[in-house]
Amino acid sequence: MTGLAGTRRLTRLALRRDRVQLPVWLAALTLLEYGSAVSIVEGYADPAERTAFVVTSANNAALLAFNGLVSGDSVGATIASQVLLIMLVGAAAMSTLTVVRHTRQNEETGRAELIGSAPVGRHAPLTAALIVAAGANLVLGVLAALALVACGLPAGGSAASGVAVAGTGIAFAALAAIAAQLTSGARAANGLAAAAIGAAFLLRGVGDATGDVRGVRVDPGWASDLSPIGWAQRIRPYDGDHWIVLLPLLALTAAAAAAAFALAARRDLGAGLLADRPGPPRAGRGLRSPLGLAWRLQRGVLLGWVVAVVVVAAGMGGVGDAVGDVVASSDAVADAIGRLGGGGSPVDAYFAAVLSLVGVAVAGYAVQALQRLRTEEGGPLEPVLATATGRPRWLAGHLLIAAAGVVLLLAVAGATTGLVYAAATGGNWHLTGTLTAAALVRAPAALVLAGFAVAAFGLLPRLVTAITWAVFAACLLLGQIGQLLNLPAAVLDASPFSHVPAAPVAPVTAAPLVVLTVVAAALTATGFAAFRRRDIG
Amino acid sequence: MTPVIDIAGLVKTFGTTRALDGLDLSVEPGEVHGFLGPNGSGKSTTIRVLLGLLRADGGRAALFGADPWRDAVALHRRLAYVPGDVNLWPNLTGGEAIDLFGALRGGLDETRRARLLDAFDLDPAKRCRTYSKGNRQKVALVAALAADVELYVLDEPTSGLDPLMEATFTDCVRELRDAGRTVLLSSHILAEVEKLCDRVSIIRAGRNVEAGTLAELRHLTRTAVSADTERPVTGLAGLPGVHDARVTGTRVAFDVETAALESALRHLLPFGVRALTSTPPTLEELFLRHYAGAR
Ligand SMILES: Nc1ncnc2c1ncn2[C@@H]1O[C@H](COP(=O)(O)OP(=O)(O)O)[C@@H](O)[C@H]1O
Ligand SMILES: [Mg+2]
Repeated sequence: MTGLAGTRRLTRLALRRDRVQLPVWLAALTLLEYGSAVSIVEGYADPAERTAFVVTSANNAALLAFNGLVSGDSVGATIASQVLLIMLVGAAAMSTLTVVRHTRQNEETGRAELIGSAPVGRHAPLTAALIVAAGANLVLGVLAALALVACGLPAGGSAASGVAVAGTGIAFAALAAIAAQLTSGARAANGLAAAAIGAAFLLRGVGDATGDVRGVRVDPGWASDLSPIGWAQRIRPYDGDHWIVLLPLLALTAAAAAAAFALAARRDLGAGLLADRPGPPRAGRGLRSPLGLAWRLQRGVLLGWVVAVVVVAAGMGGVGDAVGDVVASSDAVADAIGRLGGGGSPVDAYFAAVLSLVGVAVAGYAVQALQRLRTEEGGPLEPVLATATGRPRWLAGHLLIAAAGVVLLLAVAGATTGLVYAAATGGNWHLTGTLTAAALVRAPAALVLAGFAVAAFGLLPRLVTAITWAVFAACLLLGQIGQLLNLPAAVLDASPFSHVPAAPVAPVTAAPLVVLTVVAAALTATGFAAFRRRDIG
Repeated sequence: MTPVIDIAGLVKTFGTTRALDGLDLSVEPGEVHGFLGPNGSGKSTTIRVLLGLLRADGGRAALFGADPWRDAVALHRRLAYVPGDVNLWPNLTGGEAIDLFGALRGGLDETRRARLLDAFDLDPAKRCRTYSKGNRQKVALVAALAADVELYVLDEPTSGLDPLMEATFTDCVRELRDAGRTVLLSSHILAEVEKLCDRVSIIRAGRNVEAGTLAELRHLTRTAVSADTERPVTGLAGLPGVHDARVTGTRVAFDVETAALESALRHLLPFGVRALTSTPPTLEELFLRHYAGAR
């Protein structure tokens, strides 16, 4: 078929462009699976404790909604109930970004036009993108299964876990391919596909939370039947391994891919099926400055993060009460959470642990927001700096939005967690202030990563994407599983988050926060100085 | 009077590539200066040094008598720039981008903005991602030409424009010249520069090959003529200013220097001219002819 001519070459090109990003995704998700599995294998070695934990999880709607389907009380099944959902969402996110990057983003930047004029078939770019995404998911599935086998779990259930992850990732790759046909911008396509992932997550959450509980097993409600993530969970790894759920996933993949190819054949290169509405012919007051421009370019990302943080924080607050029960019923969990959170009352320890995770995630926002610097440099920065806008002023605009975003997101996370917890427990309203303050304690560490991104942008602009995300992934992994893996203290201390007081359970001392702020400022200053001195382009 | 642009011995290297290799360029106030060179010869690099976007490795570059690297912000209030490769924000409309550039520069002339949008037939309510290359170019042109400044730096400003819009652009530059503004116009098309420029600098591989007024550079511009005659043409090769005369039967083709064009045509007439075409030389042909192996 001539429509596919050149697919092999485009696939190789895509793999080359992704030679850093995809390995980072695969390594991060695999380590997450492995680290979580190890912590459960060690923390719940006692079957009675494990069963108690599983029964509590199965009987708490909020835990079900945010952690995933509970099915069985073997070690493997317990692991699946805690990590499978995150892995499914992670695979879907990796797929979306990969497919959009190699389809719509290429069209938006005009690269596709160049490719289209070479002897390349009409369907080759989409095919190549799907091949790369599917390949990455297959590798992820195998790695995830091997990580579980390495923890001494049965091969059958580990394979089922891996297959669920790969199957879900591939299905969302096909859905992202549709999104890439509909919109004419890569950001909008990513947003649409992210909305699909969010909807699938929520539908499944509602289904799981409203399901029937039979001992250590939950039969999800009908809402879960509407969600591909809900289907994938129903493979129930280590609890029967119901391979049959692969069929609907495969059917969805085939249908979505066929739809994407049909849509691609009906539209012009560069155009989207959802028409672009005309916009304002004049710039508003707010846009007419470097800061206004930075806000306009960044606000979409920030808004997306606010929504995500509210949803996740509501979940964290909602399960707080139940976590207190779980912790009280298990020495091992109390111990594990205590290690993450530093001791104190179980609920406070839980909040300290989740807020630490939020702190790292919000640093991820800062890193994502500051990728804009490099995007702009590859785009319209040159004519902007040829106006009376100096380099520091332009850079400061973007940094200000990113830094203010960090503070806003942390405050929103703390306040939402506290409000929902208070509402769920019918009291404890004063905790809202405490948790907001506790969340904000994470700000200096998150700003260290922002400062690092600015420094990298000034000193090593060509590598900024790769190294900032690599450092972020390292911080995430060190924080989540560094202690469980018994890494040496020197390695753990490399992450700024290792120095953050574990509020609200541990007392807040000023010294580490001051030092982190100074480090963030020094990194930022280094970035500004280097950016003033280097060539643009 | 201090020159608006004064560059001497400019050197810029990218790794092992020597993009500028001792380049000179001088532009006087009120002149439209053509900056000619084939692709990759260093025009955009020179302009980026002038705008303080790149730091020179050697030589001297002055803009309005000041250092373009150190005094970038102050100098930029006095100039407007159209980049060689126009990138805009996909989510902003063309009108928003024009206003934004205007505001960042310190204001734009509202009547000029309206007139230019009309002249270039540009819809300012469309998102930049939906514009074609030509329309993106128009956004950059309107944003720059609507500014009321002393110097306009235009890097291959007509790439992507159709002939009608090229004519509109030509009119705009003539207006600027009549208003006494200075224009640096880079191009790789000789004919475009001939139409508009008072003086021309020609560069190749980061070095000057010629500079002067168009009259001084006339010896460079040969016209390629081919004709169909009733009788075979004779005696053409001996004429002054005629080169590469080739006669095959009743077809004749030759290159002629602009100054000798009239005498060459007179020579043809007695042979009964049935058809005649003439093409101005492209810059590439000119380089092939004059500077082959000049590297
Ligand atoms: N940022 C850069 N990095 C490496 N090489 C560059 C860079 N910019 C320009 N060059 C090289 O410098 C030379 C001159 O380029 P340029 O100034 O863009 O030429 P022109 O504008 O005349 O077409 C070319 O060989 C080009 O490849
Ligand atoms: Mg150029």
